Amino acid sequence: MLREKFCNYIRELEKEILEMGQMVITAIERSIKALKDRDITAAKQIIADDLLVNKKRWDIEERCINLIATQQPVASDLREIVAILCVASELERIGDYAEGIGKIVIMYGNQPPLKPLIDIPRMAQKAVDMLKRTLDAFLKRDAKIAMSICNEDDDVDSLYEQVYRELLTYMIEDPTTISRATYLIWVSHNLERIADRVTNICERIVFLATGTLTDIKVSRY
Amino acid sequence: MEVTAKIETVGLNLYYGDFPALKDVGIKIPGQSITAIIGPSGCGKSTLLRCFNKMNDLIENTKVHGSIIIDGHNILLPDTDVVFLRRKVGMVFQRPNVFDLSIYNNLKFGLRIHRMLDGKEEITESIQNGLEHVGLWTELKDKLQSNASTLTLEQQQRLCIARVLILKPDIILLDEPCSALDPIATLRIEDLLRMLKQDYTIVIVTHNMQQAARVSDYTGFMYLGELIEFSETKQLFTNPKEKLTENYISGHFG
Repeated sequence: MLREKFCNYIRELEKEILEMGQMVITAIERSIKALKDRDITAAKQIIADDLLVNKKRWDIEERCINLIATQQPVASDLREIVAILCVASELERIGDYAEGIGKIVIMYGNQPPLKPLIDIPRMAQKAVDMLKRTLDAFLKRDAKIAMSICNEDDDVDSLYEQVYRELLTYMIEDPTTISRATYLIWVSHNLERIADRVTNICERIVFLATGTLTDIKVSRY
Repeated sequence: MEVTAKIETVGLNLYYGDFPALKDVGIKIPGQSITAIIGPSGCGKSTLLRCFNKMNDLIENTKVHGSIIIDGHNILLPDTDVVFLRRKVGMVFQRPNVFDLSIYNNLKFGLRIHRMLDGKEEITESIQNGLEHVGLWTELKDKLQSNASTLTLEQQQRLCIARVLILKPDIILLDEPCSALDPIATLRIEDLLRMLKQDYTIVIVTHNMQQAARVSDYTGFMYLGELIEFSETKQLFTNPKEKLTENYISGHFG
């Protein structure tokens, strides 16, 4: 069989993407837990582990370049490799946002909590849920599901607005809360950006499935 | 794809005896561009190419139906002047077929056959032009009397292209023109084709898909005598319309 080896390479790369996806999902969940628990040790570990995510991205990129150089892929094979390259880069950025939350935990952790965290974990949960289903749609090359996930970005944007307005109220009422409230706005901003990156992955799934590059959804932020 | 066609076939069927080599081929080849025809061996791509200057007429038991319209004229009609047609639609073959003559006489040959030029000066100027076009003038100007078979394969193939060019054709047909050449010579011939397309309509048959992808503006994929897909090259190699095309270009068969 002519293509057996090539197909195996592609399957391995897909497996790598799924593993990388799982790594960043874990990083997001751990970063929000560290924020809730004000756990600086856990935050430092998240930052250290992000290096593994970055390494995986370079590894995937190198393997894609080798495939392009040696196999001259065309048509859907080429789109698949290009999509894998882009998805790896998006996942790496998502990992960076989780790492960013870890850094905020280190700055915020020593200060008394501003308020119980409700909407921020909800945002994180929503973003993680979108990412999980996106990775599934990637494996199935399901453009329809990818498009529908993009629409859910509105929910994350709404939560972001809600968090922002609430924290603004805190700052107006009591200026001593400004630095802590700002940290939490940064956290929610990172989560909002994670959801945007998920929609970028969805665009790549549509490209993979249909060959059309489209800007499906422009985030409000 | 709305383009003005330089060459257009309508319902073109060709039989070698009882064997249908082309089945209802309808293709519109745009002018001043490079069109590649790809497909597995025996798919009819060379047969289609040979139709454009009626070279298939030289093969016994060939029957052709349909029409082949070049510049608005159906060349399958009996009033076609085949000698004139073959001057306007030049052809370059797989292996360079230089004549066992000097470089100068190789180029003069066609001019003489077609009684195109008389004066020695005119002929020499035309030969210089031809060699300059294919990038051979500087290296060969001092040995025009050498036998053409002493040239490298790449130079010979360039000479064959020059021999076509000096007859002032509109269309150049190339049947696997680089299959006897090394990769560097291949790239140089491709560069030459890209330069020539400003003035000519070029149709190239190739087994080498990377060559089709590199050099052509449009690509036609043929399979078992049918034209399966004709698209812009970038579309055909990134997102082909037909599953069969996808399977062939990504190596599922062929």
